Amino acid sequence: MCVEESNLDVKEYKVGIAQWKTTEAPNKLITLGLGSCVGVALYDPSSKIGGLCHIMLPDSTQFKRNENLGKFADTAIPIVYEEMIGMGARKKGLIAKIAGGAQMFTSADSKVIGNIGKRNVDKTIEVLKKMGIRLVAKDVGGNHGRTMIFDTCDGSVFLRILGKKMKKL
Amino acid sequence: MSASLEELNPFYLDVLKEIGNIGVGNAVTSLAQMLSKKINMDVPEAGILDIQDVITLIGGEEDVIVCVQQLLGGDNPAILLFVLNEESAMRLSDLILGRERGATTSIGEVEESLLKEVGNILSGSILNALSEMTGLVFKPSVPAFAYDMLGAVLSSALIEGGYYSEKVLVVETRFFEAAAEIKGYFFILPQKEVVEKILSALGVVNQ
Repeated sequence: MCVEESNLDVKEYKVGIAQWKTTEAPNKLITLGLGSCVGVALYDPSSKIGGLCHIMLPDSTQFKRNENLGKFADTAIPIVYEEMIGMGARKKGLIAKIAGGAQMFTSADSKVIGNIGKRNVDKTIEVLKKMGIRLVAKDVGGNHGRTMIFDTCDGSVFLRILGKKMKKL
Repeated sequence: MSASLEELNPFYLDVLKEIGNIGVGNAVTSLAQMLSKKINMDVPEAGILDIQDVITLIGGEEDVIVCVQQLLGGDNPAILLFVLNEESAMRLSDLILGRERGATTSIGEVEESLLKEVGNILSGSILNALSEMTGLVFKPSVPAFAYDMLGAVLSSALIEGGYYSEKVLVVETRFFEAAAEIKGYFFILPQKEVVEKILSALGVVNQ
């Protein structure tokens, strides 16, 4: 349906750090410059409803004041899920694609470098599994940033990586 | 002063700006000597910003930058960042390596170690000035390096440096070479307890 409707206004929503957004076809969700953060795209192919969050940290339970639930893998993913269900997405068939979790800095002293990117990825995968959402594609780790462009027409996710060709998930 | 960072009043922020001014002033002098070029700097800005807004201060999330990060450990935790856009990093490499203008066309291993060393020297200048003023001891880590999209690098610099709040206290100073071929930023991001110590060392607040 999206191809025929290409003349219609396609809205592009930008999702900032520790934010999330849900929408439906033919709109796009974009998050720019993921480093150690992880972008999680959830999609229901039957209703063409999609949601994207840009998480910073793995686990909200390690913090006393969790004012922003969009920040953590364990809180942001359920929020996006609930919003999508509220919009009419069906739980069955829901899929996820994730990107990010890089280690951006290199140093002669390995103690200086955190493994926060890997922890973000591990927790994201764990949360998705626990929620019964099928993880169908991922591009994680490494030492480069990623921009994620999520097309709710067909659930495809495009990755922009410095010095590389656009990659499709 | 045991208030949260959000409650830092404008007067304290002015004190931090002045500290930034002296510290970064020292670093800019070092850089000018290194390059035999006149380097100007803006008056520092100090404020409590969202990570997203720190990124916006410099440019767009996908702008390509080089960043040298040093974590200050010990009793006085903070992060120092030296940020250059890609063009500036290449011009700086030209100048220091004695290459012809425009000869550096990519940031490889040589440029990386060069820029790390420049970052190291400059943060040393900043920290010397801060130590002289406050009597506090700062222990910088070896420099870490990133060359990628601004959004990815800056967010990771803060998160990997242990800044888990979306709001950070930033003392930011822009510098530029007179012909505007080299432009960059110094960021000092002190943790709350360091701010308290600096302010009390200067006699601004009583502990």
